[in-house]
Amino acid sequence: MNLTLKIWRQKDSQSKGQMVDYKVTDISEHMSFLEMMDVLNEQLVNAGEEPVAFDHDCREGICGMCSMYINGEAHGPDRGVTTCQLHMRMFKDGDTITIEPFRAAAFPVIKDLVVDRSSFERIQQAGGYISVNTSGNTQDANAIPISKHAADEAMDAATCIGCGACVATCKNSSAMLFVGAKVSQYALLPQGQVEAVDRVKNMVAQMDLEGFGNCTNTGACEVECPKGISLDNIARMNRELMKASLK
Amino acid sequence: MALDSRVPQGPIKDKWTDYKNKINLVNPANKRHIDVIVVGTGLAGGSAAATLAELGYNVKAFAYQDSPRRAHSIAAQGGINAAKNYQGDGDSTYRLFYDTVKGGDYRSREANVYRLAEVSANIIDQCVAQGVPFARDYGGLLDNRSFGGVLVSRTFYAKGQTGQQLLLGAYSAMNRQIARGKIEMFNRHEMLDVVKVDGKARGIIARNLVTGEIERHSAHAVVVASGGYGNVYFLSTNAMGSNATAAWKIHKKGAYFANPCYTQIHPTCIPRSGDYQSKLTLMSESLRNDGRIWVPKNMEDVLAIREGRKKPTDLSEDERDYYLERRYPAFGNLVPRDVASRAAKERCDAGYGVNATGEAVYLDFASAIERYGKEQAKIQNIQNPSKEKITELGEKIVEAKYGNLFQMYEKIVDENPYKMPMMIYPATHYTMGGVWVDYNLMTTIPGCYCIGEANFSDHGANRLGASALMQGLADGYFVLPYTIGDYLANDIRTGKIPTDTPEFDEAEKEVKDRIDFFINNNGTKSVDYFHKRLGKVMWDKVGMARNEKGLKEAMAEIKAIREAFWKEVKVPGSANEMNPELEKAGRVADFLELGELFAKDALMREESCGGHFREESVELEGEQKGEAKRNDKDFAFVAAWEYKGEPADAVLHKEALEFKDIELKQRSYK
Ligand SMILES: Cc1cc2nc3c(=O)[nH]c(=O)nc-3n(C[C@H](O)[C@H](O)[C@H](O)COP(=O)(O)OP(=O)(O)OC[C@H]3O[C@@H](n4cnc5c(N)ncnc54)[C@H](O)[C@@H]3O)c2cc1C
Repeated sequence: MNLTLKIWRQKDSQSKGQMVDYKVTDISEHMSFLEMMDVLNEQLVNAGEEPVAFDHDCREGICGMCSMYINGEAHGPDRGVTTCQLHMRMFKDGDTITIEPFRAAAFPVIKDLVVDRSSFERIQQAGGYISVNTSGNTQDANAIPISKHAADEAMDAATCIGCGACVATCKNSSAMLFVGAKVSQYALLPQGQVEAVDRVKNMVAQMDLEGFGNCTNTGACEVECPKGISLDNIARMNRELMKASLK
Repeated sequence: MALDSRVPQGPIKDKWTDYKNKINLVNPANKRHIDVIVVGTGLAGGSAAATLAELGYNVKAFAYQDSPRRAHSIAAQGGINAAKNYQGDGDSTYRLFYDTVKGGDYRSREANVYRLAEVSANIIDQCVAQGVPFARDYGGLLDNRSFGGVLVSRTFYAKGQTGQQLLLGAYSAMNRQIARGKIEMFNRHEMLDVVKVDGKARGIIARNLVTGEIERHSAHAVVVASGGYGNVYFLSTNAMGSNATAAWKIHKKGAYFANPCYTQIHPTCIPRSGDYQSKLTLMSESLRNDGRIWVPKNMEDVLAIREGRKKPTDLSEDERDYYLERRYPAFGNLVPRDVASRAAKERCDAGYGVNATGEAVYLDFASAIERYGKEQAKIQNIQNPSKEKITELGEKIVEAKYGNLFQMYEKIVDENPYKMPMMIYPATHYTMGGVWVDYNLMTTIPGCYCIGEANFSDHGANRLGASALMQGLADGYFVLPYTIGDYLANDIRTGKIPTDTPEFDEAEKEVKDRIDFFINNNGTKSVDYFHKRLGKVMWDKVGMARNEKGLKEAMAEIKAIREAFWKEVKVPGSANEMNPELEKAGRVADFLELGELFAKDALMREESCGGHFREESVELEGEQKGEAKRNDKDFAFVAAWEYKGEPADAVLHKEALEFKDIELKQRSYK
């Protein structure tokens, strides 16, 4: 198929950006979206132009690098996938596709479609861990049984790949789904209890400091999340915060 | 220089404990004055950085991604081995040790493997303490699954995302140290060279991938944990950015490179669909527990399927060739990876491949669905269930076991694998070869260490499933943090290493010159153009089956591609900005050298072992006719190559492998 691409080009964080039109031809429906971008970039390099910078690495939906806003949706029109798992069969011959970076005040653009998500790093450094040193003398892994239900729920929360689609989708650029998932993983496990109070307080404080917006319960983040992280995690974080403020 | 593996004396089961008791230590107050650089934050580098910082060293960690958590380890699916014997099925340190040495076709260093098995149980304890949500049973205890090549159930897992969860565990431990200021994290930074002062590794040159700035970083020791080099084939299951640059740069500065030809071609990956393909996707080995592998028996059926006149489901049982079950009745579909891959290639080379490219075989779940369906009908007390009911019940079970993999397959191939058999083909997956290290995990450059997939490690000529995660975390959490102290104990009075010295000047100049060359070269062809050509030679001539003629051709062809690359490559943009093409150019330049050494190593090794199959070395008669033939008399050694300029001029050093605790035997899966 033949397509018109409208792509956000921005030289660096200081420069102003703009949408630029490109044409690609003979795109196979079996290609992934990023392979289509590879074709465009090869074309640009051969024409002596600068290729479009975009983040990507594992190309199987788990590393969380890729982050395109395609036709007004984080990771594009398919559900439950990252940009690298989106396939061209979701589009038709002759389509015009708009491709932008994830937009949020807390995710400044570095270049073209690449954004700076280090705010997520700092939130996790504020408390997203259990304070246990590596020693070889930790107690046996089976010493504390954990119900299958709690372990499975913790796993569902821990599935978050930290891509930032929730933030890009939210009209307030809220990071509640991301932080909720992190807080929940530990809140659901006995190992996480000791530091629970400080963890949730510190992570939420850092989130606010980074300039993420408030949650107004539209649920858009859950819909766009490539890993199906549930809104329950936000509710759980709010409960944890409430408990913490009473202590 | 003679190779000294520094394996301690004494009985194998006491070596590590005795060694740790005698090793030099650095007192906690002195650790504050010692800096360590860790390149890479996958399972190996992430766990090492966190542990070294906990001990009190000042750590500087580097990764080319925008977060340590995005290292390629995140993609590991199936699980991690540990000799916990929670299932009471007779597992033990010795059994894990034995399975790993045998699985590696007797080409690994016994003492290292034993230590690996010994610390494996600690890994699981540590991860659980960190909050890693491993799968559990209804009693609340940890669950296990089985992997190929072993007879016990020792694999711990977190759904199909074990690597992700383990990496997030190591990452959380890193975050704690980053917050304390004990780890300084350099995301979006790429190491482009190591700096040696008085023969010792004392720092690195790195490029800030956002600004393009070239930076100098000094330390008392440098740890390289940069992952494997499977992308030398262009197409592999590795991440797009996985590369050999850090490992290759230290090789060029004096670290020997061991067994480059030992590469794992994984049997179950989604086949290539066209020339635009950028990577290949793994379908976990666990699928072979329930999937049966076959191709049509008759050529007419092959053609009919390719032309769309028939579907695989149209073929009756006796029109199918379940070739693994036919050739290996004892292990059937669960033979080790190298054996399964070669068997698929054999059928496809004979013309029986079932897709347009002729490079695909079926992985069929119909029997499993029927078996589980009938079982469920019994359990649920359904009398005379219809065929549809059985299928429905069976599909539910298969979904519970492998749902995420089936979904991944369907997204990529656009076909429902519950109804139609999957199409699969082998793909490059893991590299057992790598930088040579001694028992301390130190390379032949003093003060330069190498851990994780980047070293030549514990897997010999073939790695068993779920053992890479175990090795990465063993190296980073439990081995390196001890062994590095032995070296650093001599550095407590050294003081900070200055970076305004001629050694740093020189290394920086080399790096800058190369970048300037790429930016200014007036070429016409993209980096990928050369990478794809290299990949094709590697796959065709240094792939699943190798012979003398092909390997000699490969060496010459790779050299020619390399020469063309340096003349004709085109890198757009400038050096002082984010420039992904420039990053790729540097990596491919290194692959173009590594590829040739790889072929040279394969040519030298005139035996078949593990993933390295030489067509000249097969069993000619008897029950094993046609199978790989190892040659212990002449080749029971590690091949460690010393850099001498051109890859073809590399000098071979041999580390003899001694097996005192295991008898060398032929692997038989018949
Ligand atoms: C799809 C897939 C599934 C797998 N499943 C399993 C499994 O189920 N069980 C199992 O045991 N093994 C599995 N493996 C193998 C296993 O995942 C890897 O061998 C292992 O994770 C490698 O870890 P590592 O820490 O050595 O390297 P990696 O995780 O590859 O990390 C490399 C690090 O080095 C950094 N880096 C690289 N070069 C540079 C440079 N020049 N400068 C700065 N930083 C650099 C990267 O940024 C990254 O942080 C799987 C592999 C694949 C591909």
